[in-house]
Amino acid sequence: MDSGGILGLTGAETAGALESGEIASDEVIGAWDRAAASDDLNSWLWLPEAREQEEATGAPVAIKDIFCTEGIPTTAGSRILEGYLPPYDSTAVAKLRAAGLPVLGKTNMDEFAMGSSNENSAFGPVLNPWDRTRVPGGSSGGSAACVAGGTALWALGTDTGGSIRQPAALCGIVGLKPTYGAISRFGMIAFASSLDQCGPLTTNVTDAAMLLSILEGRDPLDSTSTGIPGGIVPPEGEDLSGLTFGVPRSFLEKGVDPGVGDVFERSLTEIESLGGTVVEVELPHAELGISAYYILAPAEASTNLSRYDGVRYGMRVEERDLVEMYEQTRSLGFGREVKRRIMLGTYALSSGYYDAYYARAQRVRTLIARDFETAFEQVDFVVTPTSPSVAFEIGEKVGDPWTMYLNDLFTVPMSLAGIPAISIPAGLSEPAGGGPELPVGLQLAAPAYGEQKLLNASIALEKSIGFEGRTGEVGR
Amino acid sequence: MNSPDAEFEAVIGLEIHVQLSTETKMFCGCRLSFGDPPNTHTCPICLGHPGVLPVPNRRAIEYALLIAAALGCEVAPSSIFHRKNYFYPDNPKAYQISQFDVPIASGGNLAGVRIHRAHLEEDAAKMIHVGTSGRIQGSDASLVDFNRAGTPLVEIVTEPDLTSGAQVREWGQLLRATVRQLGVSDVNMEEGSLRCDANVSIRPKGSDQLGTKTEMKNMNSFRFLERGIEAEIERQTGILRNGGQVVQETLHFDPATGELHPLRSKEEAHDYRYMPEPDLVPVAPDSGMLEAAAAALPELPEAREARYRDELGIQEGAARLMSVETAWAEFFEGMLESEPEIEPKVAANWLTGELAAELRRQDDISLGSSPVTPANLARLVGMVQAKRVSNASAKDVLVKMVSEGADPEQVVVGEGLEQISDSGELESIVDAVIEANPGPAGEVLGGNEKAIGALVGAVMKEAGGRVDGGEVNRLLRERLTAD
Amino acid sequence: MIDREQVAHVARLARLKLSEEEAGEFAVELSAILDHVDLLASVDTDGVEPTTHVVELVNVLREDVPGIELTVQQATANAPESEDGAFRVPSPQAEA
Repeated sequence: MDSGGILGLTGAETAGALESGEIASDEVIGAWDRAAASDDLNSWLWLPEAREQEEATGAPVAIKDIFCTEGIPTTAGSRILEGYLPPYDSTAVAKLRAAGLPVLGKTNMDEFAMGSSNENSAFGPVLNPWDRTRVPGGSSGGSAACVAGGTALWALGTDTGGSIRQPAALCGIVGLKPTYGAISRFGMIAFASSLDQCGPLTTNVTDAAMLLSILEGRDPLDSTSTGIPGGIVPPEGEDLSGLTFGVPRSFLEKGVDPGVGDVFERSLTEIESLGGTVVEVELPHAELGISAYYILAPAEASTNLSRYDGVRYGMRVEERDLVEMYEQTRSLGFGREVKRRIMLGTYALSSGYYDAYYARAQRVRTLIARDFETAFEQVDFVVTPTSPSVAFEIGEKVGDPWTMYLNDLFTVPMSLAGIPAISIPAGLSEPAGGGPELPVGLQLAAPAYGEQKLLNASIALEKSIGFEGRTGEVGR
Repeated sequence: MNSPDAEFEAVIGLEIHVQLSTETKMFCGCRLSFGDPPNTHTCPICLGHPGVLPVPNRRAIEYALLIAAALGCEVAPSSIFHRKNYFYPDNPKAYQISQFDVPIASGGNLAGVRIHRAHLEEDAAKMIHVGTSGRIQGSDASLVDFNRAGTPLVEIVTEPDLTSGAQVREWGQLLRATVRQLGVSDVNMEEGSLRCDANVSIRPKGSDQLGTKTEMKNMNSFRFLERGIEAEIERQTGILRNGGQVVQETLHFDPATGELHPLRSKEEAHDYRYMPEPDLVPVAPDSGMLEAAAAALPELPEAREARYRDELGIQEGAARLMSVETAWAEFFEGMLESEPEIEPKVAANWLTGELAAELRRQDDISLGSSPVTPANLARLVGMVQAKRVSNASAKDVLVKMVSEGADPEQVVVGEGLEQISDSGELESIVDAVIEANPGPAGEVLGGNEKAIGALVGAVMKEAGGRVDGGEVNRLLRERLTAD
Repeated sequence: MIDREQVAHVARLARLKLSEEEAGEFAVELSAILDHVDLLASVDTDGVEPTTHVVELVNVLREDVPGIELTVQQATANAPESEDGAFRVPSPQAEA
């Protein structure tokens, strides 16, 4: 099989061809190394210059640069970690390696996963393969762009408030955020510890399930990890009969672009044509999600990012005075959005404001989780558009933080509730200002540990929608 | 207690940090060590690398529960960890994982001093100042060693129930003995495995208001702490008496000069921005863990002192020493075990009086390193009690036991120190002495009781100490009043 | 609302050095974000338990068994400055 043939296989097909001996391990790795090297979207922050002999059982995986990889530069998209070589592997990467899936390279991202456009990377923005003037979404922008652009078969990302689902939607691929605790966070550079969760970005639902089945599991190095009871098997589903899908109409009224709304309505029709029932549900507190999230996540981030102090690793601005060294190092090392969130989070935790902001946001979080519990008494899934809009232009939203934050409006509530949610490509739509059509994502959310059901429903929809894969001309 | 004077009284509370003697650190598998070369016991977790997560050490939790049980604390059904945020090179994550509003233990009492709370946390790294030899011309630098970073600590906080330096020292020694007895810490103040801070304030006697307090940090012995507190009470009393106001500050007491110096105050008031630690789940001790702690509780110094004093009739000083110093208690218990016949009170006196004095005299030997075994000392006491040797001879035997590790039986027999128990032999010595000392004998006969001392001494000398002073006395009186 | 003075205080807590210009911009931006966040005050949260995280586990502990330690070289390999196996920093006591 030639290189093009290998790049055309899905994850499951690649594994099958390797197992049968139809293709060899080094052919697969070589084909993907060449594909990755041909990227021109700024997807990658690191690709290997040379490789030691590795025995692969499947295609190598693109790893978001937020996962520590032993001896491989890991920056989290930040200057402050430039040159840092972790002395250890994250559990997620170790599990992939153990399963015979090597690291293809490290992907670009918003600095410390803070962003929805990948414009906050210290190493330059990533371009959307569907339209290079537009963003790929974020924060796992590099992971989404390389998969959609064909320079990787599949990728690991992290999702704190939508950082897997939103870029997957904007790039026309599948992105899954599992239940909080399903996959170990050990070695995943922390943004907001109570929300961060690792997950796959793939071209299809089966591959997402395949990666999830490898990654999930309780890890003794992560006190908050649980795994998924019963594990994950390859998803199967032809129809949706007997399943009920809840649409939070009043929440969606908060602002969906008309084109995205149209594709979403067509998806609902698709669900019904597959035998599913669509009903309306209420998520009365979901609209407060962004407000709660933008207290909780920055507060946790402000303490998680305090360790970047120029003492043990990373960059340092030499100063004679200790405090001066701290302040200069952190001011030069962190980008604008990261500093903004550190400021916001520090303020929310500071004396006199904790109850008004942090404690209150934690209580609203409880209410949002209860909303979902109530909804799941009536329905199997909650469905929304993944993002209110299709991919927007680079530079379009950088001036106004809150407008940028609203990208996460529909993905944040699931993060706060800790429940699994997937984005699958639902179709194409013109951007609000006109132009070539761009991908729209459909988000399905399930109760905690409902990943298998979620994947089974998603594969039925995937077949029925018949979305035309990734756009990527790159590397072909 | 010694109040500063009739007008004012001191109010003192303590914060004691106890390093737990677990095998590994609080949140990672690095070994605990003391004195090893810098950074030889670290891993990404205790160095605070990006992406790492803490997982609590089960034994540290068990040790904390043991301390809680020993201090009579109530254990929280579910306690959580917080992040205490501050930047300092010894604080690798720039937050310390500690317990804040829900500590593992609260309430409690040790010897009348109420315990406010006890909570778990992790220790900081060690910093060494290296002066101006650095690479940056003319600047000072510090070197950071993370071996200690992440060592499990239990912080015990008392209510402000103490009133003098002496009381603080005594109580501190009792607490240290209690924790040592539990076997959960080395409690070595010089090595820092037990560290004590004191909050001191002064108020008009009888007032229920608290005055402005100062904090005295981390003295490396309870004696220095006592002196520091006494100096601080005097200083504060002086200020108040002159109509001044005490300033809240942290002080260092220099034991060499006896002076108090304010530690350079931090540039700003601390705002630790406590936040529940999202990387950890609650600690909720189940009945099994609580029962295990209760069952593992040994007899504690406070109870032991009471038993020695009230049941065994041992003098207060000896009872205190043997309670607070585990090694002495174990020695004492060993004596009673090997010679069940001996009087506990007599045994205690020989141990804490004679032996202690002899050890001090012979180059300050510690009990642990002396060759005297509990069985040997017990045998000696047994011989005294059976009147086989006199007190005086026994003391000579003890000298040899300490210096040569001699066996008391062999010394007594070998050197012919056995007491003259043949009453005929003793009587003839007594008669001879009376005859040779007609002067004193006459005085005794004339009613001067005191004059008998000279005769007793002469008999003892004649008998080479191998006689019982009481018996000699009795015989002399018999002779000198019978006529 | 958050004014420039508060911005300066928070920056100090967070060990960030802001230029005059940045401080002014942050005051405006953070105030705007906090205006949106103030929506949280509109809900009644009385008697609602705060969620720290969604995992409902307790007593997830490790046994007191030594794990793999780094060598001194590995430990200090990433250090901006090290000396004799220790991390070197400007002294906290040094005068600026």
